[in-house]
This record gives sequence, C-alpha cells and structure tokens, in this order.
Amino acid sequence: MSFVPGQPVIAVVERIEIKKLRHGDNLILGFSIGGGIDQDPGQNPFSEDKTDKGIYVTRISQGGPADEAGLKMGDKIMQVNGWDMTVVTHDEARKKLTKKKEDVVRLLVTRKTLEEAVKHSKGKYPRP
Amino acid sequence: MDTESTYSGYSYYSGRSRGSHRHGERSRDRHKSRSKDSRSEKSVTINTPPAEPLLGDSSVRGEQVQDDNWGETTTAVTGTSEHSLSQEDIVRITKDLEDSVGLDCRRYFTRTLAVILGLLVFLTPLAFLVLPHLLWPEKLQSCGTACEGLFISVAFKLLILLLAVWALFFRPARAGLPRVFVFRALLAVLVLLFVVSYWLFYGVRILDSQDENYQGIVQYAVSLVDALLFIHYLAIVLLELRQLQPCFSVCVARSTDGETRHYNLGQLSIQRAALAIIEHYYCDFPVHNPALLSASKSRAAKHLAGLKVYNVDGPGNNAAAAGLAHSQSRAMIAAAARRRDTSHNELYYEEAEHERRVRKRKARLVVAVEEAFTHIKRMQEEEQKKSPGDVMDPREAAQAIFPSMARALQKYLRTTKQQHCHSMESIQQHLAFCITNNMTPKAFLESYLTPGPTLQYSRNHWLARQWTLISEASVTNSLKDGTIFLLKCVDFSLVVTSKKIPYIQMSEEYIDPKSHKFVLRLQSETSV
Repeated sequence: MSFVPGQPVIAVVERIEIKKLRHGDNLILGFSIGGGIDQDPGQNPFSEDKTDKGIYVTRISQGGPADEAGLKMGDKIMQVNGWDMTVVTHDEARKKLTKKKEDVVRLLVTRKTLEEAVKHSKGKYPRP
Repeated sequence: MDTESTYSGYSYYSGRSRGSHRHGERSRDRHKSRSKDSRSEKSVTINTPPAEPLLGDSSVRGEQVQDDNWGETTTAVTGTSEHSLSQEDIVRITKDLEDSVGLDCRRYFTRTLAVILGLLVFLTPLAFLVLPHLLWPEKLQSCGTACEGLFISVAFKLLILLLAVWALFFRPARAGLPRVFVFRALLAVLVLLFVVSYWLFYGVRILDSQDENYQGIVQYAVSLVDALLFIHYLAIVLLELRQLQPCFSVCVARSTDGETRHYNLGQLSIQRAALAIIEHYYCDFPVHNPALLSASKSRAAKHLAGLKVYNVDGPGNNAAAAGLAHSQSRAMIAAAARRRDTSHNELYYEEAEHERRVRKRKARLVVAVEEAFTHIKRMQEEEQKKSPGDVMDPREAAQAIFPSMARALQKYLRTTKQQHCHSMESIQQHLAFCITNNMTPKAFLESYLTPGPTLQYSRNHWLARQWTLISEASVTNSLKDGTIFLLKCVDFSLVVTSKKIPYIQMSEEYIDPKSHKFVLRLQSETSV
C-alpha cells in the first residue's frame, strides 16, 4: 500500500456501508481511527510503509455497527462518502465520519488480504 | 629458611650464549670522530662483532644446552672461600669493563670543544672593548655618558648569555648517540662563522685603521652580544621547542613477547626518537622475563622434531640440490598440515592447570604474609621505657618475620617464573621498607604479583644499557610516516614503527541559540 509521490494511488478496495447507531444524543459508528497528515506515521502499528499518513482503523468495538458491517482492525480508509481520506488531517477525517446529518457512511477500505485474494484468484485459472 | 640460593640470575644470561656474537652488539663507532661526511651515508648497520672474548665468555660457552628447569633447580656457586669468584661477580666485572672502556673519549672531546667555543664567544666582546685601550690609548676619544651606559648593557647581556648557555647546553648528558647531533653541530658552526666574521671586520676596519671613535666600537661590541643572544634564541627553538608538539605516533613492540606501547613524539631525528623511546621503555614496559618464553620454544621444537625427510633417490642428484631442499621443506609443511596434531589440546590443559596452580600458591602466599605481618607492630612512645631489650629496627623486624613467609613466597615466584628477578636480600629490603612505611601485606605483595617496569628492578636486570640502533635510513634523518627501525639489545629487540598524525581540516558551523525548537509527536486516536 505504499505510494509513489506524483503517481495515482492504485489499491484494491472493499466497499463497506455502516449505518450509524443512535446512542443517546450521538450517532456512533463503533470504531476508532488513527493517522493523518498531521500525525506521526512512524507510530502506526498497522501500516506497512511507515511513511504512510493515511487514516487507519485502530479499534473496533465488539458488536458495534462497524463490526457488523465487516470493517476490520488495521484497514486503511481511502474514501468516506466520496470524500478522500488519504491526504487529510486527523480532525478532518473525524469530521467527515461524524456528520450529524448523515445516517449512513459508505467507506472504501483497503487491506493487504484483499490484494492477495485478487492475486490468488488471478492465478487460479489453468493456462490453456 | 631454605638454604638453596634463589639468585640464579646468571642462569638465563648464560642460556643465550648460543649466539656467537651475542656479547658483541656494542656500537664501536663511539670512537668515530665527528666528521661531517659521516652524515652522507645512507645505510647504517652499527653492529660490529667483538675482537676479543671477555673474561666471562669462556666460562659461559660450556653451557650450551639449556633445559627448562635449569633456572629453577640450579644453584649458583656462592663464595665458599675468600678467593673464589661466583658467576655473578664475573658478570659484574665484565660489565664494568665494558662500561668504562673508551666511551668517555668522545664525550670529553665534545665537551672541550664546547668549552673552547664558549670561551671564544665570551671573550670576544671584552676583547673588542679592551684592545683599543691597549693599542692606541692616546688617539682614543674619551667615553661619554652614552658610551658608559652601553658598558652596563654589555655586562648584563653577557651575564644573561652566560646563564642561558649554562642552562641549555651544560646539562648532564643523558646518552651517547651514534651520530653527531646535527642541530648542535650546525649551531656551533654558525656561531663560529659569526664570531670569525666579526673578528675579520674588526681586524680590518678598526685595528688596522686604528679608529678613534670609541663609542662606535662599543656599539659594535653591543651588536655582537645582541646577535649572540638571538642565536641562543634560535638554539632554544631548534633544540627544545621544535619537538614538543606531537607529530608522530610511534608503536613500540618487544620482539620476544609482543608487549606493545604507543607514544607521541614530535619532529625528531631517528636517533633522538630512539633515545626517547628507550627512556620510555625503562619506565613503562614490564620487565623482560625470558623464562616465560621457554614453553613456546619447546612447542616449536616439537613441531620440527616430529618429521624427518629421507632422500629415497640417493645422493647422486647434485644438479637439483637447491630444488631438492625446496621440495623437502615443502614436503615437511604438507606433512605437518596433514598430521593430526593434538598439541593444541595439551596447551589448553596445561595452561588451565598452570592457572590453577598459580592461584593456589597465591592464596597460600597471601595468607602467610598476612599472618607474618600480625607478628610485629609499631612500638608506641610509652612502651619505649619498658623493655629496651626487645626493640628492633626495621631491618631486624623484617629478618624476624621473613622466615614464616619465605617458603610460600619462593614457591609462588617459582611458579610464575620470577625467581631470578628477586633475590633474598632485595625481598628483605623491600619488607623492611614496607614495615617502616606502615604498608599493609597487600601493598608488600603487590610488587611480586605483577611484573613492574624494568627500572624498578635491580641494576643487574636492566642488562641492556647498551642499545644498538638498526635502521635503513640514516639515523640523523628526521622521522617520517612509515619509518621503521629496530632497537636491539642483548636479549631482545624493540621494533618501532611510526605513523604521522594526520592534518586536520576543521570547519565551523554556527547554531543560533534561538533555533532550538521542538514539537510533540502526535498520535491521537479518535473514536467515531
């Protein structure tokens, strides 16, 4: 998932749709994010490339909306409802996820296992 | 107390009589005159074998075969009657002979030359001042105030020059070097030329024409003394100051046991560097103990003794004799490599055993000495009146407690092969010294547990006050990067290599004190 500066980022992504849960006065999604362009990328335990300043999922509360939607810990969030998440500050990312007017967030996430799955499936078909 | 003599100091000295010109590595060119063209020779080998065998030699040559225990179990013949000489006495006599013969000639010659030059230099200004008064006193103008002031200046400058020359040049000589000291010779020549040219000028322009201007003559004399002071300044810079700044790092290794030290020297000629190194050697290097080398020699002998080469083809092969020897040695090397050698095993176990033995003996020794020291104590003032009969001075006290520790100490010295470095007498002296100065048993033992620098032992163990400098470059050349020379004495040689301290290019970087700013490393986690 490393990127080359100046070139478009290519990744295999999974679409995950999470319905927000009303918890008192707040709408919660049930996960925690870390990362951002204003944060220190070296401390990110989930990234392969330690200069990656993207937004990562650091924790998922059990049984929460994110867990049920299939979000996994360590996923990198590429888009939220069409908004780019690869070059945003931590606070901007939080804001995009917690808009009060939206009930549903559609995320594009990527993880390493996705790429490998694609590679496997590519190689399965026997050559004629 | 054991009666066997431990001063077998001659044992190892004779053991090296295998080399035929061992006694002879003395530099004979001490008698060489100080000719300037000796400096043009490029290669120096100073060794010359002796012409006549000395007194001690014939008694020594008989003992060619040395086995390892010889030093430990033999006893030197001590004087049983007034007319017998022990071997140590013979050694001492021959060494005294060597020391006193001939080497003073060159020193006295140098000294007399220096004194003559000095007298010439000092009397010249006085002569310049006095001669006009003697030769043409009636024509001479009288000396005014300024002129008499100059007299005082001449007097004091001469006094300062006298003191300075005495301080710089008339110090006891530290050593006799093989070649002439280049800078001193140059300075002497310079001073001589200078004084001669002044005399020439004086003779021609003043004596011949009988100049009446006495003030001018006095000023001439003053200028001479000033110039002499400046030459003395030059002498200080050349002889003393120039070599203070370290320029070279020399590595000195002893050839027999590999003991290595590193020193920093300035810009010196090879012979002066050698002198500095030898002085450091006496102070820093642990004393040379040949008994410790016998083990590796016996191992080496065993390696060679195991193989013998037979010539199967018969003796008729004279044409290829050289090639034959070459192939013989090659065959031996190959066979030795293939042979399954277990000598490393023996070495390992032997060393472990020796270590254990040394430690056990050391433990016994420490206990014995501590116990011995408890038998005496310093007498207090008030006890002095009580029993004057039992009072002992340090020597007697040492003799009283020595027997209880003598055996343990001797055994320890035998195990560490140091027994020839310490005689009974020296041990007792050291004990008396320690008792006098209130030293603890541990302090007393320290000089026997670790080998000290050569200078601390008795004069017999310095052995080599005559050193030979072996060098490919001329010894009056200055040290350069990569100079290698050898300092050889009777038992071993010191291999000296020099490396130049590199030129350091330093640049500066300015840091504004206000530029030290820090930020926190952010790593926040937000739950959404």
